[in-house]
Amino acid sequence: MALDQSFVGRTYPATEPYEVGREKIREFAEAIGDTNPVYTDPEAAKALGYPDVIAPPTFVFAITFRAAGQVVQDPQLGLDYDRVVHGDQKFAYTRPVRAGDRLSVTSTIEAIKSMAGNDLVTVRGDVHDETGEHVVTAHTMLVARAAEEA
Amino acid sequence: MAARISYDDVEVGTELPTAAFPVTRATLVRYAGASGDFNPIHWNEKFAKEVGLPDVIAHGMFTMAEAVRVVTDWTGDPGALVEYGVRFTKPVVVPNDDEGAVIEVGGKVAAKDDEARTVRVDLLVKSAGQKVLGMSRAVVRLA
Repeated sequence: MALDQSFVGRTYPATEPYEVGREKIREFAEAIGDTNPVYTDPEAAKALGYPDVIAPPTFVFAITFRAAGQVVQDPQLGLDYDRVVHGDQKFAYTRPVRAGDRLSVTSTIEAIKSMAGNDLVTVRGDVHDETGEHVVTAHTMLVARAAEEA
Repeated sequence: MAARISYDDVEVGTELPTAAFPVTRATLVRYAGASGDFNPIHWNEKFAKEVGLPDVIAHGMFTMAEAVRVVTDWTGDPGALVEYGVRFTKPVVVPNDDEGAVIEVGGKVAAKDDEARTVRVDLLVKSAGQKVLGMSRAVVRLA
């Protein structure tokens, strides 16, 4: 059954701050095999003008996707999570995430579409630091595949 | 903030150095831990096959993370990235052997914005001869 279009524009409460740690960034950089010192060495980060190590561009997804759980699990929306796959992903950066950031995410349902029986839901996650400065916005499009015929 | 590539040195059509990123089951387990994505399709062959996949597949976000390294290695400054987006079109299938799979990435400058001094890089991302990401684009600010 197609999802209710009236949910487009619905915004969920901002999440409790996620504190970005140097060692978590290091762990992530190692997991993707990226040896750029700007992720692990504060001096290398300072040389590029950053106050501390920065995170790889996709690091923030773990934070925004957890926040998107509010949408995915909203019983009123009724998305069938067992049928959900990640369709596409986009980030728009004001600045890179860095160690010491305390980030909170505000999730908004940006679009709901129906295509060939599949529900396509785009969730926007606006990420701000503790001073209220915008850091990055993530757009996550999820596809809930059509239920198989019984 | 301080990309080492100068905007003026880059033209539409400029190709970025290509790269190949190996991915084994061990890579996926490590990525699962670092990212917090423990979906069993990324480490449990039995489960993956039960849900209709040919084998264990890589996290889409892992592939996305690798693909943009062609851009961040080129500029030297990952913080110079302004936008990055991909569509997940085909899975990267990772067999349970010593070789695993390889993600091959190429990139080409597709557009320049003189006012913002940014360029759009279109990425071509393949594994086992198939394109695995579509609409894979990064906008990056150059010096």
